[in-house]
Amino acid sequence: MNILVCIKQVPESNKVEVDPVTGVIKRDGAASKMNPYDLYALETAFRIQEKMGGVVDVISMGPPQAQEVIREAFAMGADHGILVSDRSFGGADVLATSYTLSQGIKSSGNYDLILCGKQTIDGDTAQVGAEIAEWLQIPSVNNVLEIKEVHDDSITISMDLPQEVEVAKISLPCLLSVDQDIFMPRLPSYVKKKATKDREIKVLSLKDMEDTDASHYGLNGSPTQVQRIFPPTSSKEKEMWDGSSAVLADQLFHKIEELKFV
Amino acid sequence: MAKFPDYKDIYVFVEQKNGEPAEVGYELISEARKLVSTIPNMDYKVVGVLLGDNVKDKAEEVIAHGADKVIIVDDPLLKDYSTQFYADALTQIIKEFKPDSFLTGATVLGRDLAPRVAARINAGLTADATKIDIDQDKVADGEALLLVTRPTFGGNLFGTIVCPDTRPQMATIRPKVFDMAPIDETRTGEIIEFKPEWESTTPQVEIMETVAKALEGVDITKANILVGVGRGAEHSIETIKECAKELGGEVCATRAVVEDGFMDKDVQVGQTGKTVRPSLYIACGISGAVQHVAGMEKSDMIIAINRDPEAEIFKIANMGFVGNVDEVLPLLVEEIKKAKAA
Ligand SMILES: Cc1cc2nc3c(=O)[nH]c(=O)nc-3n(C[C@H](O)[C@H](O)[C@@H](O)COP(=O)(O)OP(=O)(O)OC[C@H]3O[C@@H](n4cnc5c(N)ncnc54)[C@H](O)[C@@H]3O)c2cc1C
Ligand SMILES: Cc1cc2nc3c(=O)[nH]c(=O)nc-3n(C[C@H](O)[C@H](O)[C@H](O)COP(=O)(O)OP(=O)(O)OC[C@H]3O[C@@H](n4cnc5c(N)ncnc54)[C@H](O)[C@@H]3O)c2cc1C
Repeated sequence: MNILVCIKQVPESNKVEVDPVTGVIKRDGAASKMNPYDLYALETAFRIQEKMGGVVDVISMGPPQAQEVIREAFAMGADHGILVSDRSFGGADVLATSYTLSQGIKSSGNYDLILCGKQTIDGDTAQVGAEIAEWLQIPSVNNVLEIKEVHDDSITISMDLPQEVEVAKISLPCLLSVDQDIFMPRLPSYVKKKATKDREIKVLSLKDMEDTDASHYGLNGSPTQVQRIFPPTSSKEKEMWDGSSAVLADQLFHKIEELKFV
Repeated sequence: MAKFPDYKDIYVFVEQKNGEPAEVGYELISEARKLVSTIPNMDYKVVGVLLGDNVKDKAEEVIAHGADKVIIVDDPLLKDYSTQFYADALTQIIKEFKPDSFLTGATVLGRDLAPRVAARINAGLTADATKIDIDQDKVADGEALLLVTRPTFGGNLFGTIVCPDTRPQMATIRPKVFDMAPIDETRTGEIIEFKPEWESTTPQVEIMETVAKALEGVDITKANILVGVGRGAEHSIETIKECAKELGGEVCATRAVVEDGFMDKDVQVGQTGKTVRPSLYIACGISGAVQHVAGMEKSDMIIAINRDPEAEIFKIANMGFVGNVDEVLPLLVEEIKKAKAA
């Protein structure tokens, strides 16, 4: 079984600040890491590989620096890495990102299973997985809690819904977005890291795609635009209340009601 | 000349389960009414879209909640939610009726369905939004451009997203951020039944089994509302449980309370317990030690009750109440019960 895991490089912390004048995100030092939710997708891939054989490859779209997360995946046990990178891919929203990744996937081989994380910690939309599946015309399932059975032509999983857990059998190829905690991700191994230090990462740019029309990628191919970014205004503004217990209870009730929790 | 003369109106997906529409659909219809009222010259309508099996009788209800028009697809294939058939039907509706904007609840279902549809029709989709406005500067050009605001970076930043050059403008919106307007049984509206052409009627995903979640052994990490018990609230545990129940939430505790034997370890929040992120965390008699705060500081709204005005918990709370938990909580529970009975 050939598995492909989508991994994204994200800022080290999501405690970012915005320059109040320019409205631009301050990325001082700009330390980055693999999106933590993607570690669960990777671990899921390794567990399936242990049973079924085949390869676990990873794909990431981003600037050349995103090779770092691919190397990290190698150190965890991934077999091959693909970096989808081109100037014209920059500034992509979900539609353009998922389209670019799907083009990259098409030019990289045939995969039986594609795995994504639940969401990222920066853009945080949780939409990329389902849109990749749509471009590839394959079924997809979100909120995957458990892998129950894997066969050559199907996979049985359980998914987390608000009031129930549903068990479903999906024909392959398909895409799954896995929940946190599906498996505990393994740590990168120093031995593997050393052994894979010179392993080639395949870099795909616009010219390697089936569709080479630049207007379908990056900023040009993105219908959404971030018009403005700003920090939450009220959350750190504090309100303090003092007084008799009756007054406090009354205030407290009104606040809870105002926030629509009653 | 308007940029998109063929696209008009605000459409709202009315999600249902077992034939019962979820509230979020009506919340969005109510908000859409407010939005169209800010652009009276454009003569925009609010359109509800209802997919299901035997849901025709719900159309009037959708109108009573504020829709001018309801588009219904009634088909046995749509009885239970499936990405495949719902996305097929919705895509055809959008192609046929050309909505200027299309709103969906940011529920598990909505967040599965909307991206599939968006990719199929090449539309921009704003995720998990909490606020919508119409850019009044563009109205003169005949454009109803939505300004959709959403939290990102785990809630540490907000972004306002626009979708200026493609239609429809799609967004998923969180439940409970908008009020549901009162029902108006006298409203009338148009009901249109739409018959999609199925690409295939063979399901790609086969549901084998549906297991209701056990209510016992609550998972505090999934709770939307948590009431936290600290050592200063150990005499009020029963009242706090009642309060949590009335609010539809769960109870959690500090390590001190767990060690004192009042609560189980699996509801302990903090460094050596669980990390929680509810919409509302009410901290009762909790001092606010860093080890506890580490597990709950990302809650959207933190309300703290503590009799010590210098307590550390007030530093991270959005709202602080300086008082005695044992006195305030019973009164609060009474008020909540009164309000719910009314
Ligand atoms: C403030 C702000 C708000 C935004 N709001 C929107 C919006 O509402 N709508 C919109 O369309 N765009 C939006 N964007 C842009 C969008 O977040 C990203 O640019 C897009 O590339 C990826 O979406 P995501 O990070 O939300 O991924 P998610 O959809 O949260 O990621 C899900 C999974 O997809 C995979 N994945 C995601 N990105 C990559 C990648 N680059 N390489 C490999 N795998 C990947 C991973 O497995 C990941 O776990 C916003 C950006 C910002 C800065
Ligand atoms: C390695 C380590 C790991 C730890 N891990 C955790 C962890 O995971 N989770 C955790 O919670 N703690 C943890 N702790 C313990 C932590 O340091 C604190 O001791 C603990 O959180 C304190 O609990 P508390 O706030 O309930 O009690 P206290 O600190 O005793 O605070 C009680 C508070 O109640 C107020 N109060 C008293 N009576 C009333 C009243 N009638 N009305 C209103 N207010 C009143 C007091 O003013 C006081 O602020 C850890 C400690 C260590 C060293």
